[in-house]
Amino acid sequence: MSTAAEELHHDDHHHHAPSGIKRWLYTTNHKDIGTLYLWFAFIMFLVGGAMAMVIRAELFQPGLQIVEPNFFNQMTTVHGLIMVFGAVMPAFTGLANWLVPMMIGAPDMALPRMNNWSFWILPGAFTILLASLFMEGGGPAFGWTFYAPLSTTYSNDTTALFVFSVHIMGISSIMGAINVIVTIFNMRAPGMTWMKMPLFVWTWLITAFLLIAVMPVLAGAVTMVLTDKFFGTSFFDAAGGGDPVMFQHIFWFFGHPEVYIMILPAFGIISAIIPTFSRKKLFGYASMVYATTSIALLSFIVWAHHMFTTGMPVAAELFFMFATMLISVPTGVKVFNWVATMWRGSLSFEVPMLFALAFIVLFTIGGLSGLMLAIVPVDFQYHDTYFVVAHFHYVLVTGAIFSIMAAVYYWLPKWTGKMFDITLAKWHFWCSLISVNVLFFPMHFVGLAGMPRRIPDYALQFADFNQWISIGGFAFGLSQLIFLALLIKACRKQGEPVTDQVWEGAEGLEWELPSPAPYHTFETPPVIK
Amino acid sequence: MAQQEYEKYYVPDQSPWPIVGAVALFLIAFGAGNFVVEQTKGESGSGGWILTAGLVTLIFMLVGWFRHQIHESMAGMYSAQLGRSYRQGMAWFIFSEVMFFAAFFGALFYARVIAVPWLDGAGNNAMTGEILWPSFEAIWPLVQTPGGIETTAMPWTGLPLYNTIILMISSVTCHYAHVALEKNDRKKLKMWLGLTIVLGCIFLFLQVEEYIHAYTEMNLTLQSGIYGNTFFLLTGFHGMHVTLGTIILIVLFFRILKGHFTPENHFAFQAGSWYWHFVDVVWVMLFFFVYIL
Repeated sequence: MSTAAEELHHDDHHHHAPSGIKRWLYTTNHKDIGTLYLWFAFIMFLVGGAMAMVIRAELFQPGLQIVEPNFFNQMTTVHGLIMVFGAVMPAFTGLANWLVPMMIGAPDMALPRMNNWSFWILPGAFTILLASLFMEGGGPAFGWTFYAPLSTTYSNDTTALFVFSVHIMGISSIMGAINVIVTIFNMRAPGMTWMKMPLFVWTWLITAFLLIAVMPVLAGAVTMVLTDKFFGTSFFDAAGGGDPVMFQHIFWFFGHPEVYIMILPAFGIISAIIPTFSRKKLFGYASMVYATTSIALLSFIVWAHHMFTTGMPVAAELFFMFATMLISVPTGVKVFNWVATMWRGSLSFEVPMLFALAFIVLFTIGGLSGLMLAIVPVDFQYHDTYFVVAHFHYVLVTGAIFSIMAAVYYWLPKWTGKMFDITLAKWHFWCSLISVNVLFFPMHFVGLAGMPRRIPDYALQFADFNQWISIGGFAFGLSQLIFLALLIKACRKQGEPVTDQVWEGAEGLEWELPSPAPYHTFETPPVIK
Repeated sequence: MAQQEYEKYYVPDQSPWPIVGAVALFLIAFGAGNFVVEQTKGESGSGGWILTAGLVTLIFMLVGWFRHQIHESMAGMYSAQLGRSYRQGMAWFIFSEVMFFAAFFGALFYARVIAVPWLDGAGNNAMTGEILWPSFEAIWPLVQTPGGIETTAMPWTGLPLYNTIILMISSVTCHYAHVALEKNDRKKLKMWLGLTIVLGCIFLFLQVEEYIHAYTEMNLTLQSGIYGNTFFLLTGFHGMHVTLGTIILIVLFFRILKGHFTPENHFAFQAGSWYWHFVDVVWVMLFFFVYIL
């Protein structure tokens, strides 16, 4: 009750207390918008997850049982699009909205109304994308990478809806990124110098730069697909002097920095959690900043490692191979620093720390399989097999998504003022950890043995592993329902009240605020020593 | 210094406009997606109406949001810090536009330097040329595609050259308008800005003339293979940006007539002039890479 009174009291300084649906529709408050982003991302995570369940059910046995091949392709395509643009990216934007202003001592985001707009265009974009699944001819079925000519010559009419919905997702991401970058440049409290900023702020600053640089290129790529399909251009058609390989260059010029857009904020989260539960300062703060920056810059010159088998001069393949392998240096610096932070620390294993530790181990597995894929002659064998699927699910699920879960567990008590249900959280962690490895680890084996991705049927010898994979998949899917139950309980403000610092070793401006964080924070700037 | 600015920090009130804008974008995307299909198939459907409804809603939103914004700004509610946020936001927005054009310039360079020569057997692709289109010759501008479509190349002399001169002069007049605003010389401000708008309109008129000429007399169309594709998409998107820039300048002109903007406080004018310089720079790139080279 005291929280509600406090909120009202705070609002008196400003505007009348928002209430009902208008609070959410008209909001300019970074915390409300952050909450909207996070719930939207979670709903999309469940929707995209349901599609993954369809995929795994079909692949439980060889042969075609449950769905038509065309519908299977729609499932793989929309699963990918939803998880990338609907789940991981909005979740990180939601975390940025909640945390960046509190971490740098700002009262809100720099452009609060645009912040509202950039969220509220997202549900429309995904409504269009999902609605296309139920239209004549079905939804997009060309893979989330929409390679030409699959998306031009051989696609159906709903491609137009796909194109415009991707445009809106891009507009949303660009506006969100402009907001974050301007907030960080212009709204830091006095004394919050660049090299005092928490790493989550640093990594998001660089992520925002990547977003503004590459989302417009994606917009260009979908525009060319639209004109090729409907207006008779031939950007990706050799008969008109174009080239389908050009599509892949343009797409992956967006696509590779996009990969770092989905992992750099995760690095920031892990760099916040590990020191707290090690009760030590982060080892090598400055080197973390430089490593993040160099990863971002290198990400612009490695895109063609996604296309080693699609036709390139050998010199170009070698260049992209070495540039790609170079990225493992700054990434290695990061992993080293996290381990060195824990070295001789007083470790304790609260739920956020469990997810962070799982992140370090499993993300590194994904990173190492990425290094294998970077080697040109080896990639000729691995390309488009389940080995690739294993690789990017290790970096995206046990990497990006585990970091988002770690972040939610870490900051949730600050947001609600109550400790979440720790028993449920531990069940969620252990069920997820075990099932996710049953799900994705055997994919390495079937991939190396030659099972291709994006095919609803497979050779008999892969049956055993695929059954394991499917069982792991269903278990991982069900484990997320534990998370859903936990989040609903947390939003109803059930649980023990927490202190302002919440975690014993937590440091930073957000932990000096009351728990729950009041509706408006830092109306006067904090003093940073 | 910074301390004082913070205490004046202005958190904008709740606003209904973003949600109106979200509805508008939803209608535009959904309508356009259906409209494109209906048009290319010659079917009738509701796509065009939904698209129109979306565009009307968007204009309604823009007018409403900007009115609200101008009203707040004129009431002196904004702080210097918010002005900086707006300027930085505009700068990053222009950067995103640069990257949008970069995608199409990238397509142009890739086609010219890599795709077209490869089709003629350059590099280690001798068999590509030999087997697919043995009679194809790689030249740029690509006036005959491998598939056999013929077209003619747009020369850089004539209209494109006039347009380049017009747009470059307009960048200068726009700059002098800004200088006049900073010196609080309202008369010169109106003159220079008015001149910029007139030049922008002449540019757009000549651009339309050029398109008509290309379609009716030169057989240069959107379907003319990669040369026509890059030509029309680059100049077309640029033309759309000039149109938007001209509308922005016209709005600024009417605001100046009403006595808005001071030498110290004129973010909207600055943003509009940045945008204008940006479309000019894109045109210079276009003129060089699309027309001359």
